[in-house]
Amino acid sequence: MNPFRWVGSYTIRFLEEAGRIMILFAQTLGWIFRPPWEMREILKQMQEVGVRSFPVVVITAAFTGMVLALQSFTGFKRFGAETMVGTVVALSMTRELGPVLTGLMVSGRVGSAMAAELGTMRVTEQIDALYTLATNPIKYLIVPRFLAAIIMVPVLVIFADIIGILGGYLVSVQILGTNPTLYFRRTWNFLELNDLYIGLLKAFFFGMIIATISCYQGFSAQGGAEGVGRATTQAVVFSSLTILISNYFITALLF
Amino acid sequence: MERESSIKIRVTNLHKSFGENHVLRGVDLEVHRGESMVVIGGSGSGKTVLIKCIIGLMQPDEGKIYVNGFEISNLNEKEMNEVRKKFGMLFQWGALFDSMTVWENVGFGLRHQTHLKEEDIRRIASEKLALVGLKNVEDLMPSELSGGMRKRVSLARAIAIEPEILLYDEPTTGIDPIMADAINELIVEMREKLNVTSVAITHDMKSAYKIGDRIAMLYQGKIIEVGTPDEIKNSTNSIVRQFIEGRSEGPIKVVDPSLLVMRPQENGHAEKERRDERK
Ligand SMILES: Nc1ncnc2c1ncn2[C@@H]1O[C@H](COP(=O)(O)OP(=O)(O)O)[C@@H](O)[C@H]1O
Ligand SMILES: [Mg+2]
Repeated sequence: MNPFRWVGSYTIRFLEEAGRIMILFAQTLGWIFRPPWEMREILKQMQEVGVRSFPVVVITAAFTGMVLALQSFTGFKRFGAETMVGTVVALSMTRELGPVLTGLMVSGRVGSAMAAELGTMRVTEQIDALYTLATNPIKYLIVPRFLAAIIMVPVLVIFADIIGILGGYLVSVQILGTNPTLYFRRTWNFLELNDLYIGLLKAFFFGMIIATISCYQGFSAQGGAEGVGRATTQAVVFSSLTILISNYFITALLF
Repeated sequence: MERESSIKIRVTNLHKSFGENHVLRGVDLEVHRGESMVVIGGSGSGKTVLIKCIIGLMQPDEGKIYVNGFEISNLNEKEMNEVRKKFGMLFQWGALFDSMTVWENVGFGLRHQTHLKEEDIRRIASEKLALVGLKNVEDLMPSELSGGMRKRVSLARAIAIEPEILLYDEPTTGIDPIMADAINELIVEMREKLNVTSVAITHDMKSAYKIGDRIAMLYQGKIIEVGTPDEIKNSTNSIVRQFIEGRSEGPIKVVDPSLLVMRPQENGHAEKERRDERK
């Protein structure tokens, strides 16, 4: 096939898809502010997002903090700045790794579950059934997931930050023999509230990305069990990629 | 005008395509008040697409649909929502919400459209379940039900909000013949007890004769014949004859069976087809 044609048709498909995701996003925003809210569903989803991802987020954050300490220690030792390890761990965790790794883990755990659940509802006509019972599926299914994600991803990031810093502390003090007081002083002296805010802002956006893309994939699933599987994979791949790409731009904008 | 008021649903020149696939090519259909209309047609002939257009789950490309004399094919989502309260629909595989118990499924419409208390909703749900012949199933999950029970629960859910119009998508497909007959009885009973207008689609002729006041045949995107069960039985149209007698030779061409694997599109529908997305 003509390569220009190939690139062209992929670009058009991509733009179409992006357009439909934006439409769904706008509709979700439109429904968020319209009462009554499905409190039961919202609480259920918050629990789902929080509880499902908590273990993986904790393990990821702990080992990331630990390896950061180990790695930066090796580097800093060469010019006698070992005490700066605490600063590096704290800054990297709060600004970048906390939100990004949490985002990736949540899209793997929760994004896939959302796409699979909504995709199953689509192919078994449960979403049509909601319409026939005069209930809007965007309001009933997507809004609670969206709210849960934008609330719970930042909460998970706060945990990831704390646990990552503790992991770094553990390695520095227990294995590398850094003075504990000095480690914490280095952490606090250089960490600004701003670093935390940036991380939480990212978490908020990542929550939005995960919920919107995963719900979109679920809603547009087609073709039985196979289609649901495809939607699930695409939800994870696309939300992960979007998180990594948008992370760069958020950082660049707020630099 | 006199005639008009006895018509509950009127479909005129309805067209619907999916890409190159021109499924409905000008469907005309009138369903009278209190009547039970059955639309027959082969698999993939567009029966489901037709009733999904009637209830506003799909947007027709062309043509008009009137309910109680009002055009509903150009309504926005909010107005359509009001119209949908007049409808109840039994989906082909039940489409029960699998995260909810049976009674929560049946009471779903009541919980979202009325201000009834929980215990009243539960009581009404039990009444509707009894009406479709089910007892002591309130607290089961849909996954614990057999195919026939799922259809009954789905029917109970559809009638819980006391609709004026009931739509049945292949009510007897996928269940054993005895259960199918019981479902047919139930559909006849619903019409007598609830005095509703109904549209059922099926390829099961036994069911069509039993539940239909009139039968319409959908073929190549058009209604090619409408009549009472007796008229249909004695039809001279060779296409209708072939279909009701279930013969593979005749004007209807049977595709290579290897191509007839479960068409995946049957249940899944592209997001862009939703009325909601047009706002
Ligand atoms: N959402 C959709 N997207 C694309 N094609 C569809 C969609 N819904 C139905 N179709 C196609 O329309 C045709 C009729 O389908 P349907 O109404 O489900 O047939 P049936 O008469 O068996 O109920 C089929 O060829 C099907 O592939
Ligand atoms: Mg069908």
